[in-house]
Amino acid sequence: MIEIIDAERCTSCEICVSVCPTNVFDKTDGIPRIARQGDCQTCFLCELYCPEDALFVSPFADAPQEVDVAALKEAAVLGSYRRAVGWTDESRHLRDADRSYRLFGH
Amino acid sequence: MTNPSGRAEKLSGSAGSLVFGADVLVLGGGPAGTWAAISAAEHGARVVLADKGFCGTSGATAAAGTGVWYVDPDPERREAAMAGREKLGGHLQDRRWMTRVLDRTYAQSNRLADWGYPYPADEDGKSQRNSLQGPEYMRLMRKRTKQSGVTILDHAPALELLVDGSGVVAGAAGLRRQKGDRWAVNAKAVVIATGGCAFLSKTLGSNVLTGDGYLLAAEAGAEFTSMEFSNAYAISPAFGSVTKTLFYSWASFTDEQGSVIPGASSKGGRSVIARALRKGSVYAQLEEADAETQRHMRVSQPNFFLPFDRTGIDPFTQRFPITLRLEGTVRGTGGLRIIDDSCATTVPGLYAAGDAATRELICGGFTGGGSHNAAWAMSSGYWAGQGAAEFAYQLGSTNGRQAFRRGTVGLHSRNGRQLQPDVLTRNVQDEVFPYELNYFREAGRLGESLRRLDGLWSNASKAGPSDEQHLLRAREAAAMLATARWMYRSALARQESRGMHRRDDYPEQDDRYLHLVTTGGLDEVWTSARPLVSAQYSEAAE
Ligand SMILES: Cc1cc2nc3c(=O)[nH]c(=O)nc-3n(C[C@H](O)[C@H](O)[C@H](O)COP(=O)(O)OP(=O)(O)OC[C@H]3O[C@@H](n4cnc5c(N)ncnc54)[C@H](O)[C@@H]3O)c2cc1C
Ligand code: SF4
Ligand code: SF4
Repeated sequence: MIEIIDAERCTSCEICVSVCPTNVFDKTDGIPRIARQGDCQTCFLCELYCPEDALFVSPFADAPQEVDVAALKEAAVLGSYRRAVGWTDESRHLRDADRSYRLFGH
Repeated sequence: MTNPSGRAEKLSGSAGSLVFGADVLVLGGGPAGTWAAISAAEHGARVVLADKGFCGTSGATAAAGTGVWYVDPDPERREAAMAGREKLGGHLQDRRWMTRVLDRTYAQSNRLADWGYPYPADEDGKSQRNSLQGPEYMRLMRKRTKQSGVTILDHAPALELLVDGSGVVAGAAGLRRQKGDRWAVNAKAVVIATGGCAFLSKTLGSNVLTGDGYLLAAEAGAEFTSMEFSNAYAISPAFGSVTKTLFYSWASFTDEQGSVIPGASSKGGRSVIARALRKGSVYAQLEEADAETQRHMRVSQPNFFLPFDRTGIDPFTQRFPITLRLEGTVRGTGGLRIIDDSCATTVPGLYAAGDAATRELICGGFTGGGSHNAAWAMSSGYWAGQGAAEFAYQLGSTNGRQAFRRGTVGLHSRNGRQLQPDVLTRNVQDEVFPYELNYFREAGRLGESLRRLDGLWSNASKAGPSDEQHLLRAREAAAMLATARWMYRSALARQESRGMHRRDDYPEQDDRYLHLVTTGGLDEVWTSARPLVSAQYSEAAE
């Protein structure tokens, strides 16, 4: 489930509020609020769309988790999905790296 | 009224609600919905698309990505592609539909390349088009949908259909959940592309898929088919949501003690895993993937690795607990019955596409992995959009046409009691999640479950919604309940094992059941046998 919005990085652009398919976030005057964590379907898409790498979705789908934001930043976990799919400037070359055609038919 | 911009018109509505006039209204913004909207616009219609979530991130494809049934138009390859699936699907498919879907999917995929989808090139420089990265694909589809002049309503779940005095579909109405008000679209034709039903099981990206479109179509009188093929379960880490079964073909499966579970496998041995899970924990390890395969896996499906990287598990060298999450009709093959090549349903003016529509035409009784669902979403979306646009054109002016709301359960109170969506959802899940009820079916257990579900329905159908805030949840719960009843009633009717439908009491395929099962109804659920599609067409031609 979505666990954190890092207040240091978030610019309140509200993209996460728009893109979350299950409407987990609410707008506020400042950074969005995780208003309905229980509705999170652990799809990682808010994290993918956040331009500031300010979000962290824990892989535990059924229960909230304690997370250490400082450690996650230190280990560059925030934004790791975005880099892996080629949605950052330095990882653009990965956008066409799909090798599924080598895996099908196994 | 002429509308040179080609866009849907905003009409004046009651306070706090948004009202549009359009030729075609598309419900759902996954691949099927976006292809339908683009196609309808290309055929001259003014189009509105309403999605429950955000068109571009919502639905099964956006989160997961898909293999696509993209086959070069080489007669031998096409023949092999069709023949390869007929046995799995229990010979319920139709060759004519398979052929037209292969052609249409080929054309649509090539258009994606023209629009800039970054297909990979293989070692020989050939562009490989049989896989789509979900977020990338759906971001592009949103962009193209907008560029086609379609008006998109995000976070705008449809709650009910509108019909005119003679039962022809006349639009739909719903919520704008981030604005706290309502929308209504008066339209000449509606495409249902709201996906399947995964019963809020957290199978990847599928919690928006609660069978809503089935319910609102049924309220207008639509029929379903192949709903017994609805017991797909996918492998995921026990703690996580990433249900991607393909990679488990490189896995070994072990029990608590570390002993290999005989017969367990991702293909052809998933029922062994289900049985083992009833006794205790099951572990997987992707130990058969060599270094090169591991590299391909990482770049092909980055999200597969998020649950592992973030918990410090190396899935190739360490075993991890797994579970099976219900994918229901998302990877089943049933849905709204389609009656002609334009993907029309049995209700005039109502079209269906993607998972919301039956995929029996190309899959018979089995999908699983195999890329047919993605191919179907593209092709049926294209045809449904075109069909709806042509219907709208032929209908001509609808000025002064009256529209009536068709929604029932969860929308109006009939007995003063309140519908409790959370409780109802759990009650429905208790009937569809357990492997002994849904995976391994048997007359006694199905019958008992149906009795409980029918009881839930008779209470729910009379109750009102808790309050405005819980309207959507109430409709979702009711839709899941209705879906479960169509599933199990159909499952009882098919007294054999065929495709993905397996009956403990009838373990063999029985050719007295080489037909399709139609179902429908709300207070009274009915089923009937229907001859195979190919047989129907030959009858029609006589
Ligand atoms: C993990 C996973 C992996 C898969 N892999 C493959 C694969 O490799 N190959 C393959 O062919 N298929 C695969 N599938 C299936 C494939 O994803 C679906 O067949 C495909 O997404 C269907 O497209 P669709 O547009 O019909 O539905 P979806 O993509 O599910 O979209 C439905 C849309 O309808 C919206 N909606 C729902 N209710 C309402 C409402 N009341 N009002 C308005 N909008 C609503 C939803 O928000 C959603 O955007 C996979 C599915 C899963 C879950
Ligand atoms: S998308 Fe990222 S930066 Fe924008 S509001 Fe959300 S968390 Fe903040
Ligand atoms: S992981 Fe998905 S469901 Fe959860 S908050 Fe992010 S976008 Fe929403």
